[in-house]
Amino acid sequence: MSDDLLVVEGLKKHFPVTRGIVFQRQVAAVKAVDGVSFTVKRGETLGVVGESGCGKSTMARCIMRLIEPTAGRVEFEGREITGLSRHDLRPLRREMMMVLQDPYASLNPRKRVGSIVGEALEVHRLGTAAEIKKRVQELLDIVGLNPEHYNRFPHEFSGGQRQRIGVARALAVNPKLIVCDEPVSALDVSVQAQILNLLKDLQQEFGLTYIFIAHDLNVVRHISDRVMVMYLGHAVELAGKETLYHHPLHPYTGALLSAVPVPNPEAARSRQQILLEGDVPSPINPPSGCWFHTRCPRHHPGVCDVLEPQLAARAVGGHEVACHYPLERWPMSAAELAGSLRPDAA
Amino acid sequence: MALLDVKDLRTTFRTDDGLVKAVEGVSFSVEPGQTLGIVGESGSGKSVTCLTIMGLNDRRSAVTTGEAFFKGDDLLTMPSSKLRSIRGNEIAMIFQDPMTSLNPVHTIGWQLVEAVHLHQDVSRSQARASALDVLKAVGIPRADQRIDDYPHQFSGGMRQRVMIAMALINNPDLLLADEPTNALDVKPQAQILKLMGTLQKEFGSAIVLITHDLGVVAEIADDVVVMYGAQVVERATVNELFARPSMPYTWGLLGSLPRIDHDVERLAQIPGSPPSLLNPPTGCRFHPRCKYAMSICQSVMPELLAAGGSATHLSRCHLDQATRDAEIKKLESGHFAEVT
Repeated sequence: MSDDLLVVEGLKKHFPVTRGIVFQRQVAAVKAVDGVSFTVKRGETLGVVGESGCGKSTMARCIMRLIEPTAGRVEFEGREITGLSRHDLRPLRREMMMVLQDPYASLNPRKRVGSIVGEALEVHRLGTAAEIKKRVQELLDIVGLNPEHYNRFPHEFSGGQRQRIGVARALAVNPKLIVCDEPVSALDVSVQAQILNLLKDLQQEFGLTYIFIAHDLNVVRHISDRVMVMYLGHAVELAGKETLYHHPLHPYTGALLSAVPVPNPEAARSRQQILLEGDVPSPINPPSGCWFHTRCPRHHPGVCDVLEPQLAARAVGGHEVACHYPLERWPMSAAELAGSLRPDAA
Repeated sequence: MALLDVKDLRTTFRTDDGLVKAVEGVSFSVEPGQTLGIVGESGSGKSVTCLTIMGLNDRRSAVTTGEAFFKGDDLLTMPSSKLRSIRGNEIAMIFQDPMTSLNPVHTIGWQLVEAVHLHQDVSRSQARASALDVLKAVGIPRADQRIDDYPHQFSGGMRQRVMIAMALINNPDLLLADEPTNALDVKPQAQILKLMGTLQKEFGSAIVLITHDLGVVAEIADDVVVMYGAQVVERATVNELFARPSMPYTWGLLGSLPRIDHDVERLAQIPGSPPSLLNPPTGCRFHPRCKYAMSICQSVMPELLAAGGSATHLSRCHLDQATRDAEIKKLESGHFAEVT
């Protein structure tokens, strides 16, 4: 069996923008995900970071086939799942589960914890009612909840406990891949640590593979083996976590890293932030050439706004970056970043 | 004289289930131009502390005692007409959620102008001009066009900037910011923090910043108050707190942060969840979750006493200094996981 659990190639999702009431013409498309390729190895954690609106969640939904991708292939265990019918997809749904962001909104308030966690078992007809109940109680125990709480409603639990219920629900059918979409961003720091530790323990115990989406670079670094940085629907950099955090190549990654809060007053005040000008451009009308050139401190007129960079291996160890002028070293100050390589500065 | 001097503040809510002591004997002071960070988990009473100072609690259910002197006047006893003239003018507040704190049916320009008219006797065009100025100051691009946009036309980071603009428009001496960066990504978060720092230098306002993230505190605070279970458990300058944190709850908070500058296999989590304020634990509020708990911790509430030989550093813990020093040593070598 191959080492790659999931292979994603050229994944695109364009949402149509229509006008008119009866005859809805498509006037534009929101290019939420615009050609993302990567692989996830068995048993590893791939972290995905990027600002809100960069297409992280849409990508996750496309992989899960919760929404239909516009183009591209998704292979799970060597089998293409993008073209499968709903019926053929059903057995595969057991292999991929999702933990959602908001533990308050993602649990049905009118169902008891037992039926929330056991629902997938019922859908896939994995046992009798008594067996399912036993399995659910076992799952509650695994995620650190009291199995006696089987008959409680979600509102009786705190935010951290609810997220544990979300994790138990994802674990119920013994999936191979769990996609975590911002699982800790709604939680307090202390509770966040509990959930992160739980996810790590479960991965060791059950050999799980995670795609971990978050905007907090500290969290992603803690949990991931490899990290992918997304910007405006594109993957701009993909590398092992040590490589990415110590030797980033893309200016956007550099800017993100320079903004991470460090819990050390002296370091926090002495470091130089690379501030990006302006907002993320609209995905309806993305910039020509490199998507990042409108905000990039290193952008070369005539190159970056014309040629679209491809995600390609630039250094050893499978470090991939989509940039015409990657960083030579790190850390770099904002002035160095802008000054070096500029034709007029040279 | 301190700009804001809070002494023994206590807020109790009457609820159907009984009395909830949401703030119990909180004292701190803020000097002009300084930033105070209030850190704690949800339910530790940090937001209620701010709301109480601003007089924004429901009068029918909240009972408040203590003193909160602002420029020498007690905010808690002053008549509401006087408080109204201070609120939004000399003391401004930035609320946590920028989406629900802005009125969706009015343009942001309308809302900013309203804030000016409430406190200053100026013409419409003057008010609009100052609204435009403050929008530019907080870094809204194309402010002259965007002033007539509605809140839903702004992104989260931009909406939070509008909230800050609204708080700053009357040039307040004191800014209360309740988790101003909570709903934001790393990048806009860094921008907002930097913005608050620059504006503070420019306008000389003092800031009280409420957050659960010690990373944010390290970034901009001068003094820090750590709250747990409605009480202050540690109070120090920011350098003291990070160099010599002196009680187990603070150690736990520091240990649960995943850090970009440290590698740990497991985070040091604080077990359990925060106490119910309806029926708080006896003795030290933290003892059911504390690994160092002794028998005295279960019966006697520790006092807020000087720690580590510094007059500005107070903490609430029964542990003897030798044990604390040993633990702080471990912390310095980055072994958070072993501590808690």
